[in-house]
Amino acid sequence: MARDISFVFNGNNMTARVEDHWTLLYFIREELGYTGTKEGCGSGECGACTVIVDGAAVNSCIYLAAELDGRSLLTIEGLAAADGSLHPLQKAFVERGGIQCGFCSPGMILSAKALLDENPAASEEDIRAAIAGNLCRCTGYIQIIDSIKSVCGDAPEGPRVVAWRDEES
Amino acid sequence: MHHFTYLVPGSLNEAISMHEARHGRAKYIAGGTDVLVKMKEGKLAPDCLISLRHIIGQDRPFLNAETGELYIGAFMTHRSIERSPLVQHRYPILHDAVKNIGSVQIRNVATIGGNLVNAVPSADGAIPLIALDGRAHIYGPKGDRQIDLTRFFLGPGQCDLQSAEILTEIIVPRQAPRTGGAYTKHGRREAMELPMLGVGVLLSLEPDMTTCAKARICLGVAAPTPFRAREAEKSLTGRPITEETLSDAGRIAAGESRVRDSIRGVAWYRREMVGVLVKRMGFLALERAKRTEQRA
Repeated sequence: MARDISFVFNGNNMTARVEDHWTLLYFIREELGYTGTKEGCGSGECGACTVIVDGAAVNSCIYLAAELDGRSLLTIEGLAAADGSLHPLQKAFVERGGIQCGFCSPGMILSAKALLDENPAASEEDIRAAIAGNLCRCTGYIQIIDSIKSVCGDAPEGPRVVAWRDEES
Repeated sequence: MHHFTYLVPGSLNEAISMHEARHGRAKYIAGGTDVLVKMKEGKLAPDCLISLRHIIGQDRPFLNAETGELYIGAFMTHRSIERSPLVQHRYPILHDAVKNIGSVQIRNVATIGGNLVNAVPSADGAIPLIALDGRAHIYGPKGDRQIDLTRFFLGPGQCDLQSAEILTEIIVPRQAPRTGGAYTKHGRREAMELPMLGVGVLLSLEPDMTTCAKARICLGVAAPTPFRAREAEKSLTGRPITEETLSDAGRIAAGESRVRDSIRGVAWYRREMVGVLVKRMGFLALERAKRTEQRA
């Protein structure tokens, strides 16, 4: 069965027709055409598909698109400003090596954003708990934690691991 | 996923009549973090999903000041229970359990009722609620009924719910003064893992703050269903809580366990850890009971 839903997508009011059996992930990638949200495991284990619904991080692969009706959705594409300048979290990930292959980054950054929106002074323990549902196979997590810390008022002096930089190449 | 119809009732009665009209071809869904995974894997293929998410209920745990009973709506997410100051301060054993279920993304969506009705041997949410002597409130075509959580679990994946019935609430009775409890999930990693073992201990002390007035020792993944190690509980009642008595209780609880080998751990190790963790949680429960008393 299909139904019409209204929702806010990255700040804009939208209506759409969705099939009952569509996951939110399918809807975002295949119908809306926004491919920043990734599919990893497809069963709520890896967090690559994390998006923010009504302020809360959720796994879009096990969330029905029909449930979006009346809610507000934020994907990674909604983070940068209209002029293309990056959100402080995105900037920190780039500068501190939090991004390597990039597959986990959209989900990782959105999990971090949901945490910082609620608790801008999050501790390292809070950060670790918030990203426990996001798997990264590149970084070993240290750079990711440093990146998030650097924007939450508890910034270490510099990155613990020096990230690759343009000027060095 | 296969095609299905998604129905969104606004009341319990509406949900039940929708379920009955479909003669077993429908399934209730709350958060859906288990139902949708099973459907994707092809283990479930209902024609119709009936959502319980939009039925108005409690959005936070509610303590009845007169009766001292705590009401937890079954459709509450783990996250809302985790963040309840009432649960954090007065029911730390429950907080211990819900804060470690899945990940933030799962806890934001998955419900405590869903955790219970799945009736897996590892249900983290069930152990502390059994230790707290919780009751399940169930609503169905024939009206309301209540059942002790100890009798709610029948086997792996099976609980005492008839077709079309809905678990609506968990009721935790007034706790005795000088009570403390603690739960730990034992596994190889902290997040995103089902426990290899779940151990909850709840102790009520006599006014001397040493003698055990009441003990609850609940174990998960140590038998086909979550269960109370009643002999171990008896061994503590009336005795002082010490290293020795807690070690004894741990040993007895290990003997009462029906652990087995599985992908997450082998039986002998599980049995060994029952003893270790009962003692560890016993000490933490004791410490918390003393802290409760200082506050009172």
